[in-house]
Amino acid sequence: MSNIVLTADKITKVFPGVIALDKVSFDIKAGEVHALMGENGAGKSTLMKVLSGIYQPDGGAIHHLGKLVVVSSPKEARALGILLVHQELSLSPELSVAENIYLGEWPTNRFGILKKRLMNNLAQKALDSLGSDIDPQIRCGSLSIAKQQMVEIARTLAFNANVVIFDEPTGTLTNTEKVQLFDVIRSLKKSGVAIVYISHKMDEIFEITDRITVLRDGEVQGTVSTAESSVADITKRMIGRDLDQYFHRAKSEIGHVILELHNLSKDGLFRNVSFSVRKGEVVGLYGLIGAGRSEVAETIFGVRQRDSGEVIFDGNDVNYSSPREAIQGGMTLVPEDRKGQGLILGMGGRHNMTLPHLDMFSKMGVTNVSDELTVFEDYKARLDIKITGPEQLLSDLSGGNQQKIVLAKWLCAGPKLIILDEPTRGIDVGSKSSIHEHIAQLAEQGLAVIVISSEMPEVIGVSHRILAMANGELVGEFSGKEMTEENLITAVSVLPRAS
Amino acid sequence: MNKPTTVADSASKRNTDSSTSKVVKKLTKVVSEQHIWIFLILCMVVFSFASPYFLTLNNLGNVLTQGSFIGLLAVGMTLVMINGEIDLSVGAVLALASALAIGLQPSIGVWPAILVALLAGTFFGFINGAIVAMSGMHSFVVTLGALIGIRGVVFVYTGEQALMVEDFSYTEYVEIYLGPLSLTAMIFIGFALLFQWVLSNTRHGREAYAIGDNIKSAHEAGIRIKRHKIINFALCSFLAAVAGVLLSMRLGTAEPNAGRIWELWTIIAIVLGGTRLTGGYGSMWKTLGGVITLAVLLNGLRLLNTPNYIELMVMGVVLILALILDKTLASRQAR
Repeated sequence: MSNIVLTADKITKVFPGVIALDKVSFDIKAGEVHALMGENGAGKSTLMKVLSGIYQPDGGAIHHLGKLVVVSSPKEARALGILLVHQELSLSPELSVAENIYLGEWPTNRFGILKKRLMNNLAQKALDSLGSDIDPQIRCGSLSIAKQQMVEIARTLAFNANVVIFDEPTGTLTNTEKVQLFDVIRSLKKSGVAIVYISHKMDEIFEITDRITVLRDGEVQGTVSTAESSVADITKRMIGRDLDQYFHRAKSEIGHVILELHNLSKDGLFRNVSFSVRKGEVVGLYGLIGAGRSEVAETIFGVRQRDSGEVIFDGNDVNYSSPREAIQGGMTLVPEDRKGQGLILGMGGRHNMTLPHLDMFSKMGVTNVSDELTVFEDYKARLDIKITGPEQLLSDLSGGNQQKIVLAKWLCAGPKLIILDEPTRGIDVGSKSSIHEHIAQLAEQGLAVIVISSEMPEVIGVSHRILAMANGELVGEFSGKEMTEENLITAVSVLPRAS
Repeated sequence: MNKPTTVADSASKRNTDSSTSKVVKKLTKVVSEQHIWIFLILCMVVFSFASPYFLTLNNLGNVLTQGSFIGLLAVGMTLVMINGEIDLSVGAVLALASALAIGLQPSIGVWPAILVALLAGTFFGFINGAIVAMSGMHSFVVTLGALIGIRGVVFVYTGEQALMVEDFSYTEYVEIYLGPLSLTAMIFIGFALLFQWVLSNTRHGREAYAIGDNIKSAHEAGIRIKRHKIINFALCSFLAAVAGVLLSMRLGTAEPNAGRIWELWTIIAIVLGGTRLTGGYGSMWKTLGGVITLAVLLNGLRLLNTPNYIELMVMGVVLILALILDKTLASRQAR
């Protein structure tokens, strides 16, 4: 086929202990948007890093425009016309927009002096053709995330890319920004660029792509035409079994109200949020990033201070001024960013578990090690944590086992309410499923559980009831048969209020 | 302006205005971004009232000359710091260059001795840079080792004695003045301006920011990071050697202990100026401001006959105050 731009032929990439890619083959045609799907850890990002020269494959070949090529560095990939638009944007905030666009290829005279005007003009041209009004001379760090993304896309134009790889581009975008991004992708497509689109958001995949290749555990699970496929089909390929068997909803007795919010508000973050959670109930809090979900949770938990409204917890009107008070009150928040907030990777499992509750484990400031070890062994068995011993450093554990340690850490204080913020982000399918199982167990043991998630199948799969949030407001409540992806999308797709 | 003006009036005004308003605009921009200059003016006002000797041309010239040694170290270290690295060996390199410049004179002559001193300094910087870039060790550790090792070399070379210059005409080489401005101060300011230009207008300079800011994207963009860092470490040590040679000219002797803990004053001056220790952000304007502020503070306190230990306490407090000022102004601007 003449219009195939890039072919990956049996690409294999091995990391210590894991085969990240196992003989992966796929191809991209000019003027096509090709989706690459798979759960986290399926190998999508690794594959893209191999194609863009960041990683070197351990086996297999890459053909570009019919020729066998070795992409040994990002610079070479760029010379071939293969550019990656990173998931975490790779810009230097202190450099100007134009400098970022031409990073590594700055036009200079023979003495190494920059031709700033030339560079700014070229950058302006690239930005203009994207229909963007960004000033190329402005500091990149002063731009919004969406605009920074435009700068990265302008880079692909500046280098005449023929293959552009988008790695989870909409993760941090609002709906309007997403629409703009899709317009840009369509115009790139029209000009004959081959586009790889990595995402795990079904709605986007079915809106923008022509073909879909699914990866699971480093292996290709088939390439299908988007028009002839369905969400169920893709999901099945992604997780290797039907969705029904994948989630566990708690079969618990729903008891009295544990937590009640009345018009909780915090300026600029959320307004008039009211809801309640009962004993034994799992409530999903769904919304896009920036909708205010985590902020509500943090306010309940005393990380942030509310402006107005009230929180009634276990019959008492509470206003915690610090997480410490909230923990002592019987509440627990498992944060989203495991490495940043939840765990200390340079410490062992025992220390991490007991860290927030050292009061409980110590007398006059001296910790009782044997109590700690009992708790450690108890939770190691209950949560089936794969750790060699109480002192093994968490940096050696897989993401899923790290997440279990986080759970253990918060459970060993015996809370009445547990809030889980994105409990399964960034962990592999197997661990995900076992975390869902634990969530169900928690509820069955009589805890009230709030699960914050932006993955729709997850909230639908584990919750008894789902609250949808958008732009800092509660925009819908669904239970039973109303909990469908369509309903959730419609609920959160309200336009932001002009304020 | 409420007063009505005629067309001709305003046209002529605009002509004269445009150049002055440009200068004013540029100045206000510099000051608003470089909070250290505001702080410097504040300090100068305070000392002008406190001591009648402070605000004299002669004294201010002296302040600049005294600040030039730390200043030269700071210019080099700013480059390294924008890279996200640090060089703790500058004080030792200064002592080495100063000892070589004086010690070698009798055998090979004045200018060859100076040349060897500068080359030796640059060489050690190159080694520092090469170790940091190649091994991936943190520059703090590498240059801490260099600080101790090079100081050891100095002690061995000088035999733990201060070396005296034999021909005292050597000390007159730097006795060149442009008004109150000494040659030493001119060399410092010259290098500061040169490297500010390098930072803002050359590929090497902009790459320094790119590397310090986001090393991963710089690497992915194909910037040769190792080579770049080695060059900056070499430049940093070269400037330290220049400072060492100038110091030997000024004193006529080379103390094996010269420049001890100057690396700390250098870091303080840079941080005071507003350059970030974490890399990716900073400028020579900031460093210039930081160096001069530090020199003004020292000078002002001495004019007031402050005892040595009180001086240190005041300096510590002032450093923290200046950083608080920077933080508050920066967050106000961000709003």
